Amino acid sequence: MRARLLPHPLLTLLLILVFIFLMNEATPGVVVLGIVLGIVIPLLTAPFWPGRPMLKAPLTIASYVLIVLWDIVRSNIEVAGIILFRPADRLRTRYVTVPLDIVTPEAIAVLAGTITMTPGTVSADLSADGRALLVHCLDAGDPEGAVAAIKARYESRLKRIFE
Amino acid sequence: MNPVIEAVVAALILVGAFFLLVGALGLARLPNMMSRLHGPTKATTLGIGSLLIASIVYFTATRGSFSVHELLITLFLFLTAPVSAQMLAKAHLLRSREEQSRVTPTGRPADWATLAKGTHDAS
Repeated sequence: MRARLLPHPLLTLLLILVFIFLMNEATPGVVVLGIVLGIVIPLLTAPFWPGRPMLKAPLTIASYVLIVLWDIVRSNIEVAGIILFRPADRLRTRYVTVPLDIVTPEAIAVLAGTITMTPGTVSADLSADGRALLVHCLDAGDPEGAVAAIKARYESRLKRIFE
Repeated sequence: MNPVIEAVVAALILVGAFFLLVGALGLARLPNMMSRLHGPTKATTLGIGSLLIASIVYFTATRGSFSVHELLITLFLFLTAPVSAQMLAKAHLLRSREEQSRVTPTGRPADWATLAKGTHDAS
């Protein structure tokens, strides 16, 4: 019964939060309407959700978000420096291949998004079998080091969260 | 409004404007398509981010109640920016033979999804 009423509890929670944020106030009326939407929308859209990824290790999620936010600030300053002061012919742009240990599609999507938002890297493509990411580096003096950093900093944490 | 808050809001707006400008410069100045993707995906995140923080501080101070719907803009920006960057990269990779020659191998039996045989007519 619980499973039928709330097919996707995390989505329900997220919808309630998004609705309260959108209305910009947490009055009882808004909360009740948010809860109604949070129950109805997952029921209506349940056929579109093939998998329901379970999130583990809530503390790891919090530390992951903080690390990514910090890296975004750092990467912005770094990329700004490159754009403003580095002559274009001295950029060592290149592709690197990041072999993946994680298999959950949601985890790979989060990893690809994180790579795009962080220091000098944009994820460009996924291998057809879903086991490697193609990453473009704006300035990579040490390609192996960049790959190792991505795997240690982000992928190991996502593995603990999703798998 | 309190002059300290006013100064904080002004500083945040200036920082935001600076990073947005740098993002736009990167788009104009970097040498090729793939490098150009780096400017708009990154420099603008912090730019928009500090403008939104400025908005939160301003409206929280002037209306007296905490303003949070700016956080949603940040959330949706973080969800959409990487996806559109990846779609641009994939379209470029599919169209450009020169770009395909620079790509590193997958290290797997399967090729990159965009280039794999049988899924498209790569021309």
